Parts: sequence; structure tokens; C-alpha cells
Amino acid sequence: MITDLLSMEDLDEATITEVLDAAENFKDIAVRPIKKVPVLRGRTVCNLFYEDSTRTRISFEVAEKRLSADVINFSAKGSSVSKGESLKDTALTLQAMGVDAIVIRHPASGAPRRLTEWVDAKVLNAGDGQHQHPTQALLDLFTIRERLGTIRGLNVAICGDIIHSRVARSLVRGLRTMGAEVTLVGPPTLMPPAVEGWGVAVSHDLDGVLADLDVCYLLRVQNERMAEQFFPSVREYARVWGMDIDRMAVMGDHAIVMHPGPMNRGVEISADVADAERAVIVDQVTNGVAVRMACLYLMLGGEDHTA
Amino acid sequence: MSDKRTYTFANCQVVDPVGGTAIRGNVVVEGQTIRSVGQDSAGLRIECEGLVCAPGLVDLSTHLRQPGREDAEIIATGTAAAAAGGYTAVSAMPTTDPVMDHAGVVEQVLRLARETGRCDVFPVGAITKGRAGKELAEMGAMHEAGVRAFSDAHHPVASSQVMRRALIYARAWDAIVVNHPEDLALTDGAQMHEGVMSSRLGMKGSPREAEEIIVARDLILAERVGARLHVPHVSTRRAVELIRDAKARGVRVTCDVTPHHLVLDHTRLEDYDTRYKVIPPLRTEDDLVALREGLRDGTIDAISSDHAPHPPDDKDHEWPSAPAGTVGLETALSVVLAELVDADADPTQRGHGELSLVEALRLLSSGPATARDIEGHGRPLASGEPANLVLFDPGVTWAVVGEELLTRSRNTAFEGHKVRGRAVHTVLRGRFTLNDGKVL
Repeated sequence: MITDLLSMEDLDEATITEVLDAAENFKDIAVRPIKKVPVLRGRTVCNLFYEDSTRTRISFEVAEKRLSADVINFSAKGSSVSKGESLKDTALTLQAMGVDAIVIRHPASGAPRRLTEWVDAKVLNAGDGQHQHPTQALLDLFTIRERLGTIRGLNVAICGDIIHSRVARSLVRGLRTMGAEVTLVGPPTLMPPAVEGWGVAVSHDLDGVLADLDVCYLLRVQNERMAEQFFPSVREYARVWGMDIDRMAVMGDHAIVMHPGPMNRGVEISADVADAERAVIVDQVTNGVAVRMACLYLMLGGEDHTA
Repeated sequence: MSDKRTYTFANCQVVDPVGGTAIRGNVVVEGQTIRSVGQDSAGLRIECEGLVCAPGLVDLSTHLRQPGREDAEIIATGTAAAAAGGYTAVSAMPTTDPVMDHAGVVEQVLRLARETGRCDVFPVGAITKGRAGKELAEMGAMHEAGVRAFSDAHHPVASSQVMRRALIYARAWDAIVVNHPEDLALTDGAQMHEGVMSSRLGMKGSPREAEEIIVARDLILAERVGARLHVPHVSTRRAVELIRDAKARGVRVTCDVTPHHLVLDHTRLEDYDTRYKVIPPLRTEDDLVALREGLRDGTIDAISSDHAPHPPDDKDHEWPSAPAGTVGLETALSVVLAELVDADADPTQRGHGELSLVEALRLLSSGPATARDIEGHGRPLASGEPANLVLFDPGVTWAVVGEELLTRSRNTAFEGHKVRGRAVHTVLRGRFTLNDGKVL
């Protein structure tokens, strides 16, 4: 049973395994003619999104609806937020309306943690600033396990803008908890400070690590990082740290390429890699719904709400 | 004051940080001055067995928020908090609205302090108009109104040219320029100290060098032009080292550190609790060690609260939206005693503590008063000196609860901390501002 889902730091190996196992069952629902189960009937879930994220919001909404929850979508645009209402006041409003769970996406790291102090509802972090995005890490772990059979002992490289990435922070923790070895790859300017504490290897040479990899996970490189002088040009980035067909050929035949989306084709990933069979990017999207169903079910489904 | 009342604080531990002495005896106050320190007794006898008598405390950075942010603090409540904390003098920062960058606001603050204050208030004028770092404020007019130190508070003077001019111009009155050390180009968007914790919490870090570069620059400028520089709230090891070296070369520099930077480190941010959001950010254990070394060897002249009240509505936000700052006047002495001073040691000895009681009280009274030309405070405990005193119980331990503080705000970084020692009486020129724990 999970109370709030804020960070991969809070989940041990047994809990992660429980989520992944539950997600396997929920994945079957997606191929049924009637894609709906009644486990959250009568429960209200609010998707509180302070950042544009169509894909994550839709993934959660599909997951919630397949679990028969009542869904409220609240986005920063067109809500009282634009009139300057504080997160706390919004939280108290939702609390007063008796919402059972809040799925929050917020540009401030730690906003979901603050939210738990203000509401009784369960809080699920759908991405906070540069901190954590636990359901992304869980769906990535699910996809790895599905494709490669296990997670323990795998060699995983995460390549790109690590310092600004909540995906990297979540996934590194999840992979370490599940017993995988992790190498962070990218320009030194995009490595987090004090990375020693992360329990990972660091390399600035993608070509040097490819042959031993089971998974190469590419992060989205944002154009604004270039404006901030983290690297000089997109062309140089692609040449030194981008995944292309030649680099992919160096990887073992079993090895997979992952990306959390949305992709910058031609920057961190070339178009032919993105569409290759061993690029499991579409699987990640599919599995996202099942994993989010599993999380919501484990947070809300086991409770007797008539008590 | 025509009051010629005479009374005696009897049987206290009289700690004089100026002379470096501690004796058991009586302090006799007559009117506004100390008549005698020793075994004599006169007038009303106030039994003070178990209490320490020391010079009233002096704060170098106090955000009193009036005029402008009366919802956060007013001079009456800020100085009440000061009296409760054992202070007889505070330095009102120019973080007012309008900014205290001209004599008019200085006079308004001094008038409010005279009418409503429970301690002396020494206004700190802005270095630049609007604290914008561009044009010099009218230092001369403000000096005439009583200002001895100038600061743009937490806005650093970014331009080396403006800073150099300010230092040179201030020489006209040998005034002190207090510049917040922060290289803004390195801290754009920063939320906390850059390190293991910022990396984990996913917040942009403020690197130590952002502080150290400006400390180094300001020391070079002050040395070159022969001006007086005060570096506020030093927070990194290297900054302490830079100031230590400069002092050894004879640069006219003083500096202070806050209780929170001496005691709390960045691991407190674990839960994104905005009470720990302060400027400069809470640093690391190693920096804490270096700051304490700086206190012991005299590199650091003062411990200053940087009392920064913010109403709950402002602090109850997600981290980046909350303002930085903690209140501190009512906890500074108690935090210092609890964390840095060995309760069982002789007042002149460090024992197992970081500081002797004498050293701690020097850093809270005569140290800051001397660094910043605050007259009449932090003086020796001797016949004829102004009776600006604190009597505190060094044995009492208590837990800090923001709701119980006298400041108008509740944002203490020491919420829930067990601390030691509490002011019982505070006396301003012979008049009680705190009597038996009650603010008058």
C-alpha cells in the first residue's frame, strides 16, 4: 500500500515490484473490448497541472477513467491560478470538495511534498520541477523488465541533460533500488553537482560505453539549455552525444533504446533510431497507462471508503 | 529622563566581555547609568541569584519592515522581540517601502522608534537609490540624520564601479559600507546551496563562489581605497579565509554571521520546509566548522540575527515562491548558548564548547557595537557607563515555538529546537524594557 507517491526515494524494491506486477494485470485491460474496471468507482481524482504536459495528463486521465474514477482536470491556464491564487488556497478548496487524490504536475521542485501538508487527499507527483517524476521511472522500469526479463545486473546509460532532469533523478534511484548499474553520459556542464552521492558512474564519452549497455536511455535536450551556455550548439551536441544508427550498431543485439518523449529527432536521437525496432518508445507510452493505473489502485483501491 | 531611581541587581554573575572578566556580585544602576559593579548595594534590591548580567545585546541586521510591510512587522513589535531576546540596540535595515534611501525615511524610522520602540534603533541607509545598485543614495543627508552604516540589504551592489564609488564616497564620514556578497550572474534562479542536497532535491544551487567572488572583490576595493567594509552574514569557509587574510593585511573590514548559518545546514531542506529558506542559503557541515573557527580566532566580529519577518501567507508556498528569511531576535542568544557554549564551563573558559560565555557575549554585544560604530552599547560593565544591560538565566532550556514569539511573524528556522538560556530583565538606560520575562 502506497500512501503518497512523491519520489522514487520512498519506494523499496518490494514496493516497486508490487507496482510492476499490478501493472502487468492492468495492461491486459487495454486489449479488452471494454477497457474499464470498477475499482475506483465513486472516488474522485483531480489532475492538478501547473505545467503544460498533454501526454502525461492524458495518460493519467486514461488510467483514471479505466479505473472508473470521477476525474476533474484543473490546469493552470483558465483557472484561478492565473488570478494569483496560491497553491495552498487551491489545495484547501479541493480539500473542502472532498477530493480523494490529487495528481499534481508543478514547475516547483517539492510542490507535491508541500501539498501533502495542506490536504488529506493522497498526493501523486506527476513531475515536480527538476526533482522527481516517479510514474515515469516506474513505467520505464516496467518496460525494461518486460523487454529484458529482469532489471537486476543490467547496464543502463542515461544520456543527456541530467542536471535539469526529474526523469533522470527518478530513474537513477529506481534502477539502483532494483539492482541495475547506471552510467550517466553527457557534457560535464549537464552533470549534476555532487554526483558522487548518486551511486553511479559518469562518462563524457558515449562511444566508450555503448558496447556494454543493455539499455541506452536518452533524455530530451531543450533548446534553452543552449541559450544558457550549457553547450555551444545543437549540431555539436548531436555529433558528440546524440544516438544515431552507427552508434546503435555498436550496442549488443538485445540492447534497447529508450526516451521519455517528446523527442527532438536529429538532436539526442536520430529519426532512424527513433523508429527502429529496438527503440521501445511507443511501449513506454502504452505501459505508462498501466503503471499509472497500478499506482492509483495501490494508493486508493485497497481502502474501504465506506468506513 | 529625570528618573534618578536607584536599584541593585544582586548576586549575579557579572560578565564583562570588554574586559574579559566574570565576577559574582552586584550591579547598581542609578538613573541611566551604572553606579557600581562589585559588592556594593543601593536602592531597590532585585535578587538575581543564578542570572548572568551582561551588556545589552546589539544586532547588526534587523528588518523592522516599517514603513511598508506592517503586516510582517512594525517597529513596536520588532523592538519588543528585541527586548525579549536581550537586545538594547538593533540596526534597522532599509528594506522598507519606501526604501530608506533618503533622510526622510531615516527620520520617520527614528521617530517611530522613539515613540514606540523598546530598544535603540540605528538605521542603516541604502547604498543606492531604491537599492537598485545604480545611483548612490544621499549618504551625506542620511549620515546627518544619524546613519553610520549603509547597505542595500540582500541586494548586492553588482557593479564594481558603483561599489568602488560608494566605498570612496563613504570615506567623507568614515561610514561603513555593508554589501551583501552575491554574484547575481551565478545565482540566477538559485534556490539553495549548490551541493549534494540541491542535486537530490532538484533545485538550482547557489554555489559558494557566488559569495566568495564578491567578498574577494569588495576586500580588494576596500583595501585599495582605504574604506571601511562590513561583510554581512558570511556563510562559506573560503569567505572566512578571505576575510582572515585581509584582516591580517590591515584591511578595514569587519563581518558577522547569523545563528542559523552557525547551526543549521542544507540537509534541513529535505522536506522543502520554507522556514529554512534564507539568504545566503544554509550551507554544509564543513562551512559550519569554518564559521565557528572564524568566531574563535576573531575573524568574525559579531553574531547578528538578520531578523527577517514574513507573514505566514507569504511563507506558505511552494519553495521558489516563498520569500527568504527567518526571524531571530528572540532566539539568537539561546541558540548560541545551546549550541556553542558549554553550560558547565567557567565563563572565561571554553570547556567542551566552541566559545566561552565571555566570547559569546562579546560577539553579541561589544563586537557588533564596535564593528559598526553603535555608540552607548556593548560598553564595559563599569561605573559611569550607560545602563544598557541584559540579565538572563543561562540554565533554563526551552523549545522554540513560532506562535509564541513576540515578533509579528512566525517564520523561525529554529521551530521546535531545544535551546538554552533566556533573558529575564533587559534594561535600556536604566529603564526596564523586559521585566521578569515581560516586555514593558
